[in-house]
Amino acid sequence: MDVYPILAAMRRNKVGAILIAAQIAVTLAILCNALFLIEQRIALSKRPTGADEADVFVIDNGWVGQPTDLEARIDGDLAALRSLPGVVDAYVTNSYPLSDGGSTEGVGTDLDPNRALTLAALYFAGPQGIPTLGLKLIAGRNFTPSEVVSMNDYSVPKAPVVIITRQLADKLYPQGDALGKPMSMQFTKGMSTIVGIVDRLQVPWVSANGWGSKFNDNSVLVPFKLVWHGGHYVVRARPGQLAAMMRAGEDKLFAISRARVIDQVRSLPQARADIYRDDRGLAVILGVVCTALLTVTSFGIVGLTSYWVAQRRKQIGIRRALGATRNGVVRYFQTENLLIATTGAIVGGGLAIALNLWMVMSFEMPRLQFGYVIAGALVVVVLGQAAVFWPALRAASVPPALATRAA
Amino acid sequence: MMYYYFGLAMRSLKRNLVLTALMIAAIGVGIGASMTTLTLFRAMATDPIPQKSRQLFTLQIGNWPPNKVTVATGDEEHLQQQISYPDAVALMNAHEGRRQSAMYHGGRTVIPANSDLKPFEASTRAAYTDFFRMFDVPFVYGEPWPASDDANHSDVVVLSRELNDKLFGGANSVGKTVDLDGRGFRVVGVAARWNPVPRFFDLNTDKYGKTEQMFIPFTTAIDEQMEMWGNFNCDGDVGTGGWEGRIHSECVWVQYWVELPAAADVARYRSFLTNYAIEQRRSGRFHWQALTRLRNVREWLAYNHVVSDEARILVLVSFSFLFVCLLNAMGLMLAKIMGRSGDIAVRRALGASRGAVFMQCLTETAVVGLAGGLLGLGLTSLGLFGLRALLSDEISRLSSLDAVDITIAVVLAVVATTLAGLYPTWRATRIQPAWQLKAQ
Repeated sequence: MDVYPILAAMRRNKVGAILIAAQIAVTLAILCNALFLIEQRIALSKRPTGADEADVFVIDNGWVGQPTDLEARIDGDLAALRSLPGVVDAYVTNSYPLSDGGSTEGVGTDLDPNRALTLAALYFAGPQGIPTLGLKLIAGRNFTPSEVVSMNDYSVPKAPVVIITRQLADKLYPQGDALGKPMSMQFTKGMSTIVGIVDRLQVPWVSANGWGSKFNDNSVLVPFKLVWHGGHYVVRARPGQLAAMMRAGEDKLFAISRARVIDQVRSLPQARADIYRDDRGLAVILGVVCTALLTVTSFGIVGLTSYWVAQRRKQIGIRRALGATRNGVVRYFQTENLLIATTGAIVGGGLAIALNLWMVMSFEMPRLQFGYVIAGALVVVVLGQAAVFWPALRAASVPPALATRAA
Repeated sequence: MMYYYFGLAMRSLKRNLVLTALMIAAIGVGIGASMTTLTLFRAMATDPIPQKSRQLFTLQIGNWPPNKVTVATGDEEHLQQQISYPDAVALMNAHEGRRQSAMYHGGRTVIPANSDLKPFEASTRAAYTDFFRMFDVPFVYGEPWPASDDANHSDVVVLSRELNDKLFGGANSVGKTVDLDGRGFRVVGVAARWNPVPRFFDLNTDKYGKTEQMFIPFTTAIDEQMEMWGNFNCDGDVGTGGWEGRIHSECVWVQYWVELPAAADVARYRSFLTNYAIEQRRSGRFHWQALTRLRNVREWLAYNHVVSDEARILVLVSFSFLFVCLLNAMGLMLAKIMGRSGDIAVRRALGASRGAVFMQCLTETAVVGLAGGLLGLGLTSLGLFGLRALLSDEISRLSSLDAVDITIAVVLAVVATTLAGLYPTWRATRIQPAWQLKAQ
């Protein structure tokens, strides 16, 4: 198709063409960045914790008053929970994955105070920790019952042995020989031996740029039993028994003693939904905005092109009378839109990258992958073609006889 | 004359319903999206205590060695968000400000006298009596405890209205006793609903969260060993010593606020803080020149980036969307006005001035803007409803529409649409009467 007459016609209609191109450009800039953000947030909310989450739940237990026999009470609770027919195992801890609360330690390979430390989350767990959470032990061994240390005042005890994640092991010992090597902890000024390595265990803080995002998989299991007036009982139910055991567990604990506060009983899948709620919400909102944006832009194209068709009815009639086919008329409007949309897409691609660079600087966002720009550009060009189709058909239906009539 | 233009506008809009509907819809959707996010943004960026935000100050003291390569909390100046207990006690004793309070967030177990209720955990703020007058906390019953209760470590409590409703059915409970972890606390007052958003005095957890359910004296909380529920950050050295060792360490976990009404007070307090740090170095506690910082509420909120990145991104996206909607409306208006070249030419030929044509078209544009704004308001309510369904409770609490939001929406719609309509309107005034009439 000859482009020259289209350009000549467009020159007489500069503003309309510029308006459409500008709309397409801004649409593309938002679309690329929004899709990129959506993809990131969805990926974030699906990151594995390393635990086999589906059948695990957590009871937040607190004791009323100041009971002096805390250790016996906690042991009794755990024994009662483990004795439930639908329960596989249970342990008491300070923190659990997806909980958004816990302790951080600075860890290293020796106690030299001038050496930079690596941040890591501390999870208290006895030998039941790994089977209850369903962690994958890839090297070494689990804790033994004799290694468990009770923590029953504000002093953090020294841990003779620790189990760490593969990521932390690789950071401390890049040669891959962490097993059996020492690990230092800053607060306790203690040395521990790494006796086991788990494939993965996410820290409890998971928000996009929050605390924890810089050491996402650096976790340490320490063989501590939390003997405290508040703590989390982590419980693994048999498959299919989760909901029943959540109720039964709470009832059982109250049957043992009513001098307690159970703040919440929550499954890990629920904890995941809770903690990523805003990320998923953001993804949905951006999705809605993108859809609205594309709709508005396409209706804008329909509206303006319809107006152009109406304005040029006479010229179209003359062209038809001079032998232009219906297809020729449709093609004319499609080519015209293609030219405008492509211009818009090129400008929009630049805008998209500029917008992303700005977001990289102000929001610690990663760089936009170029694929998103190409995909977005294709979407807006195809959308333009689709939007122009109906007005173009209307144009093609202008009868050639119109040329013979006055306006 | 305006009335006549309005009539013309209505007639003209009615003549091309599809185009009119498209324009109104475009503006409405754009306004709806941008107002939804702006409401959220405004709630986050709002001044939580406007009457006093320039007189209330929080402070930071560089009590950790600045050169140490340790845990990555703290800012570029190696300052922490909170201060240590020894510093808090020293500053409270110095009593340099008009009002001041050290404070922290924790919890107590409430054992209701009514045995139908199970014992439950209630979030608790430990503070000094100045907390209430400094922050203008309103009271339903009673009043803050006297300063002597701070000094005597008394077992007194100020309940929130919510907790008072739960425990006493909303009745005046002043003088009654509440059992907290097995100890009887005398109720001295009930605070009315008071939830400053953002919760500026403690931004460590739940920046937009609710204020605690009750308040007890800081000194009592320490005696009772009330555990810290907020952030507790240490620079090593917390290994031994139990509770006493823990609170007397250099760990930071206390928030500290001071009221300084005049600029002179601020200057005086600044030099007091500097001298305090010098004194600590002289006494051998610090081996470095410790920085001190004093920030008022607004500075503190900005320093803490209380407006979340998500809210900023959403505002950016939705205002770009509004821009697209306006470009769209501008295109449609252009189409509409140019489609009426004939009418305008006739009016011009019959003697209407360019100014009259301009006013007439602008009236039409403003009507479209107003309709779009109203539609946008409806969509904003819908959008906020959606936000509440999608986002966490903490954020959802921010999403309610107030009179200012409504005014912004309508004004934004009319102004933006009118601006977008300027070019098409100007084009209308350029229509040559003779040329158009001839073509007919």
